[in-house]
Amino acid sequence: MKPYLSIENLTQTFPDGAGGDLTVFENSSFGVEKGEFVVILGHSGCGKSTIMNILAGLAEPTSGVVVMDGQEVKGPSLDRGVVFQNYSLLPWLSTLNNVSFGVAARHPEWTKAQVAEHSTKFLAMVGLEGDVIRRKPSQLSGGMRQRVSIARAFANHPKLLLLDEPFGALDALTRGTIQDELLKIWGQMEQTVFMITHDIDEAILLADRILLMTNGPKARVAESVEITIPRPRYRTEIVEHPNYYAIRNHLVQFLGKRSKEMAGQQTEPGQSNKPTTVRIDKTDPQDDPEDKRPALRAVNS
Amino acid sequence: MYGLSLNVRAAILSCLILIVGLLVWEAAIPAQKAVGELTEYERLTGGGQPKAGVPPPSQVIVKAWEQLSDPFYDAGPNDKGIGIQIGYSIYRVLTGYFLAAAVAIPLGFLIGMSPIAYKALNPFIQVLRPISPLAWMPLALFIIGDSEASAIFVIFICSIWPMLINTAFGVAGVREDWVNVARTHELGALKTAFMVILPAAAPTIVTGMRISIGIAWLVIVAAEMLVGGTGIGYYVWNEWNNLDLTSVVFSILMIGVVGMFLDSMFAYLQRRVTYVE
Repeated sequence: MKPYLSIENLTQTFPDGAGGDLTVFENSSFGVEKGEFVVILGHSGCGKSTIMNILAGLAEPTSGVVVMDGQEVKGPSLDRGVVFQNYSLLPWLSTLNNVSFGVAARHPEWTKAQVAEHSTKFLAMVGLEGDVIRRKPSQLSGGMRQRVSIARAFANHPKLLLLDEPFGALDALTRGTIQDELLKIWGQMEQTVFMITHDIDEAILLADRILLMTNGPKARVAESVEITIPRPRYRTEIVEHPNYYAIRNHLVQFLGKRSKEMAGQQTEPGQSNKPTTVRIDKTDPQDDPEDKRPALRAVNS
Repeated sequence: MYGLSLNVRAAILSCLILIVGLLVWEAAIPAQKAVGELTEYERLTGGGQPKAGVPPPSQVIVKAWEQLSDPFYDAGPNDKGIGIQIGYSIYRVLTGYFLAAAVAIPLGFLIGMSPIAYKALNPFIQVLRPISPLAWMPLALFIIGDSEASAIFVIFICSIWPMLINTAFGVAGVREDWVNVARTHELGALKTAFMVILPAAAPTIVTGMRISIGIAWLVIVAAEMLVGGTGIGYYVWNEWNNLDLTSVVFSILMIGVVGMFLDSMFAYLQRRVTYVE
């Protein structure tokens, strides 16, 4: 049984400018289940953004296919909403119109009033209400702009929501607030989300599963780490959870060391190139009570 | 004085410069004999006017009052009110200008969106653009055979380039993110053009339109001097032939005022379409 979103043997090659080819990633395969929140972590240059663009349909892979809900992904579609790192709001439209033009594109049969009501509702879900929604994006702070962008994406109920480092340009405090809002809205909508980030803590807070990529060139998705921390998660509480530092250490080790060691390694021909599933759970009853002090615990990997 | 706002102080300074300028001009012109003291012959040869009749501002103001109080009189081919003359000029400018816009903006869109069209058309644009619009006049007169239409053609050919180049530049420079927003929302080609590319490129396009209308207004005066008949350019030349320099100075000022008015319309449009990123 194929997963809801299935990425099969994806390879991307770019001309390297010296007459040759540069293979960014090779034979990457992974899947995302419906309603799942999957985060992809990896160093710059491993092709995360390229994968994102391929999933969005904005770019075409050199080879390999993406299948979503039984259909091959060909070109951009309203079924796959994107939140870009730089917000990509249209600066000549008001906040409300930035959301409602998307809603109108999704539901051409709706009346103006319906579109406006739906858009206002989703802006309110990210905390933008009243006078603010009449303002132009240039009159909003970076955090508010990203909220608009998130509202625009959720308001369209896409089958898959793609988040391309959505908090990369925000300061730490704003980032925290919007992460909480994202979690809240995601909890209400049962939305399938695929997100890129550089931030390990952000990944643990948000994800059901974290995909780890080896370094490029010839990168691939090597591991799939389950986040065994129950929801709802709150940033102040999850750090107390016994699994938090175990998972975090595993991720740090991977990104710091093994992503480099595994760089360029391909699986043997004929073998599955699916990522290895890693499950770290310290809450098993036989576990040492010493693990309650996570900072002192040895790395388990 | 320092309690006044910057604008008020600037306005006071402008008025001062105007008054001083007019006084200096007035004082620099030697007093003239009243027309009544001249003989018929002197009047016909302009003999009573020692400096070939550069008029003092007071005369220009009187002339302006006289002309502007009845701008639309029509007393035969060589004697029409300033309003009618300017009206003809504006009509020619706007006709040629909007014909040019109708060609330049869609073509600019095409060139801006298609690198092939850009590369293919660029050599033609680069050769045709620096040609003085008046250089087309003989060819236009010969081919079109009608002086009125030739004047409009000259306006058309001079206003097309800034609009074409700016539209192409603006369209080509639309941020890819915005186009991607349109693509992920499955907007069709037409919707993308009108909802994303046009508003995104509008400030650049309107800048081109503003440059074009300025050039068109410069060129119409020269074109009308050549084709004759009607229009503010013809009026200036006609008054020069009449040695009525008061009317020449007055019409020069009117050309400036109308030009400013045309420009400020596009300045207003420009402010309307400008956005802050």
